[in-house]
Amino acid sequence: MADAVKLDAPKLKAKDFKSSQEVRWCPGCGDYAILAAVQSFLPELGLEREKIAFISGIGCSSRFPYYLNTYGIHSIHGRAPAIATGLATSRQDLSVWVVTGDGDALSIGGNHLIHALRRNVNLKILLFNNRIYGLTKGQYSPTSESGKLTKSSPMGSVDAPFNPLSLALGSEATFVARTLDSDRAHLQQVLRAAAEHKGSAFVEIYQNCPIFNDDAFETLKNPDTRDEALIRLEDGQPIRFGDKAVVQSGYGLEVKGADEVDESDVVVHRSDVDDPAYAFALSRLSGTALDHTPIGVFRNVRRPTYDELVRGQVDQAAAGVDRGEALDSLLHSGDTWTVL
Amino acid sequence: MNTVRQLDRVVIRFAGDSGDGMQLTGDRFTAETAKLGNDLSTLPNYPAEIRAPAGTLPGVSSFQIHFADSDILTPGDEPEVLVAMNPAALKANLRDLKRGGVVIVNTDEFTKRNLTKVGYEASPLEDGSLDDYQLIEVKLTSLTIAALEDHDIGKKDAARSKNMFALGLLSWMYSRTTAVTEDFLKKKFASKPDIAAANIAALKAGWNYGETAESFAVRFEIPPATLPAGTYRNITGNQALAWGVIAAGVASELPVFLGAYPITPASDILHELSKHKRFGVTTVQAEDEIAAAGAALGASWGGALGVTTSSGPGIALKSETISLAVSLELPLVVIDVQRAGPSTGMPTKTEQADLLMAMFGRHGEAPIAVVAPQSPSDCFDAMLEATRMALHYRTPVMLLSDGYIANGAEPWRLPDMGDLPDLSVAFATEPNGTDAKGEPVFLPFQRDPETLARPWAVPGTPGLQHRIGGIEKADGTGDISYDPANHDHMVRTRAAKIAGIPVPDLEVEDAGDASVLVLGWGSTWGPIGAAVRGLSDKGVPVARAHLRYLNPMPANLGEVLARYDKVVVPEMNLGQLSLLLRGAFPGVDVVGYNKVRGLPFTSNELQDALEEVIKNG
Repeated sequence: MADAVKLDAPKLKAKDFKSSQEVRWCPGCGDYAILAAVQSFLPELGLEREKIAFISGIGCSSRFPYYLNTYGIHSIHGRAPAIATGLATSRQDLSVWVVTGDGDALSIGGNHLIHALRRNVNLKILLFNNRIYGLTKGQYSPTSESGKLTKSSPMGSVDAPFNPLSLALGSEATFVARTLDSDRAHLQQVLRAAAEHKGSAFVEIYQNCPIFNDDAFETLKNPDTRDEALIRLEDGQPIRFGDKAVVQSGYGLEVKGADEVDESDVVVHRSDVDDPAYAFALSRLSGTALDHTPIGVFRNVRRPTYDELVRGQVDQAAAGVDRGEALDSLLHSGDTWTVL
Repeated sequence: MNTVRQLDRVVIRFAGDSGDGMQLTGDRFTAETAKLGNDLSTLPNYPAEIRAPAGTLPGVSSFQIHFADSDILTPGDEPEVLVAMNPAALKANLRDLKRGGVVIVNTDEFTKRNLTKVGYEASPLEDGSLDDYQLIEVKLTSLTIAALEDHDIGKKDAARSKNMFALGLLSWMYSRTTAVTEDFLKKKFASKPDIAAANIAALKAGWNYGETAESFAVRFEIPPATLPAGTYRNITGNQALAWGVIAAGVASELPVFLGAYPITPASDILHELSKHKRFGVTTVQAEDEIAAAGAALGASWGGALGVTTSSGPGIALKSETISLAVSLELPLVVIDVQRAGPSTGMPTKTEQADLLMAMFGRHGEAPIAVVAPQSPSDCFDAMLEATRMALHYRTPVMLLSDGYIANGAEPWRLPDMGDLPDLSVAFATEPNGTDAKGEPVFLPFQRDPETLARPWAVPGTPGLQHRIGGIEKADGTGDISYDPANHDHMVRTRAAKIAGIPVPDLEVEDAGDASVLVLGWGSTWGPIGAAVRGLSDKGVPVARAHLRYLNPMPANLGEVLARYDKVVVPEMNLGQLSLLLRGAFPGVDVVGYNKVRGLPFTSNELQDALEEVIKNG
């Protein structure tokens, strides 16, 4: 990210990243918590504010850039990854972030998302997933559970939902993580890892929409249910939660009672596994029912970034070239003739 | 000894199977002709299919060259000489040939099988169907193979050199040298000296065949044209556009960022620019047309010269992004190489039917500047103009080329580097206002009072952090605003900014006695010019003018139009400029001449149409 990003001792404070704009989300919206977490995390980048750019599409989440005292564009529905690709490719010195939602990134902008990920453009993509269309007042989204009753699906949605992490992994993403709006410490820990990753970092943030899809992630938040549902992935640690553990099963992974398995069979999490099949299997532990939902960094591997490869070719070709002279010789190249 | 006859101009068409190397043959004949100092204009015609079956009508590829001892404006209406490498090439092109013209055929290919393939029941060489033409039969294939007997290559490779034999023969007929092509072949096949030698031998054999065979009683000479002094090269519209993009980067001292998605007939611009990264040109082949425009806009925000290229269907997809660029007030050059539509239409054929899309094809009130080059070489200058407007007025600009000038070529007098315009721009570096407390702040929509352009503050500039977006913003601060009066003001201000871009006055060619004006735009410049010359030679008075700036239009346009009883507007669409003119100048009698055949106008048809209007007063 900005090539030089090291997470330094912060010089700036969270308030330095607040813009003058009044924040206008619905009361109780999960976006407030994410905004506060991001504002208090950004000083850790150790960058001046002008070196940071946030680009969003359309939707509730996409108002985000207006509330940050950085450079920002609130762009077109679904197109933020494309616009950000142009900026990140041409400006090595910037830290470029994309803020998007489930409709923005996975429906109207699905194409741009998957191609940004496969290219591994140096972008940090924060997908606020509330499993509903909020700004347009409550239609089902590509992550809504099948059968969802909404204004546009009064008899229940018949769409099969996307699993955003599976999609990202299938798109060759090099960094894939999930976190929760309400868990600031975890959210910031994931942001930190994403910022340190050089290349596309895809972060799904489960975000509550109190108006149109309230408590969609309550299973993961309620003290009565969360211990049996929420899996906190930690590198180098066996994957255990509640009284359960994750073990290999057939071609994938499976949740079993901790007392049914040998300690040695419990999968030890490693985000740097080269084969994406492991992270994919993790992403399949839960569906929309959220019964076993891992959060944390699923995958974190290195691959050359698109923007550095593109700049590398341009820099190599342009080294020592005087553009004016080169243009003159280009115009005169090949067959020319002179009229006296 | 052959008779040598002087001609002032000639149009030759080389036609053959797409595997016969007709484009190369035409290209080399063009290079030799240019070297001799003739003015010239060329137009290739490729099959739509990539590899159509050999010997079939869809597989025919051709290349037409018009060259003369004076300056000329078009690749010519009708060829006077047709070189047909096989029956398919003859059948596909004969109807275009001038009555009495010369047909040179490769008789080796006129086999029963090849004739049947294209539906000839009897050989046209024998059934009298070519009686109206001067038929010259040459066994091109077998003569080439015989000429290469001593070369260490197989028969098949030898036969492939028949296009060079044909080129040699035509070079002899029209008194061209072969030296330029010999050098070219040596370079092209530097790693395959056997092939180079065989091609050169075939070329010379063709030339010598003309010299010795008795079929050719006459040779022709076309004396050099008197052209302005300078160094020239031949250039296609797409190449000139690509080089114009590079020059715009040099002249603006900005890095260039091209976002593109492959589409006929615009892809060659992407190909050409991809070769020239040494100019600081970044090319991104995006996942789709939308992303291509989006990436260019993102780069433009970051301080690059953002350019995106496409043709009609792709421009439609970019429409949303162009509207965002209108709202963000950022520079973006959008190149539309128009083709016959709607939808896929005829991708390899030309049309001018995207004018109204360029003008109005966006949501909301979203005016942009529109410029149209008039000839292949003019694409270079038009690109510099488009860049000037985009950078200085922080606006998208549409450049409307089309398939005719994109693939057509003409000699171009090379500009001096010192004559490149200064397109440099100043980025914002300091706060430009104060807040309520009197503290300095940056106001992203505080406009230059003269140009109405807003400051261009690129990310990375300390202290100028700001947020922009598609939501309506308050003039000055750029803060989100739903204020009715502000929106009305912003819509009108964006429109006034475009309307206020200065463009040169329209120039009119009028001997002083014309009552009819012919007004064109874009690629019809050549055919209209040739038609007007034809009328002038006949003593028929007509005035002509050509619009390069479609938006804003020249300030004197209304006054010019009002001077004439009638204004004839030829367009390769159903009357799009006519519609604009009737709307803007209701008193003017606009007569459209409209055809959408996927082909450029011929100067003859335009001449007839104009004469008709003039006669009928």
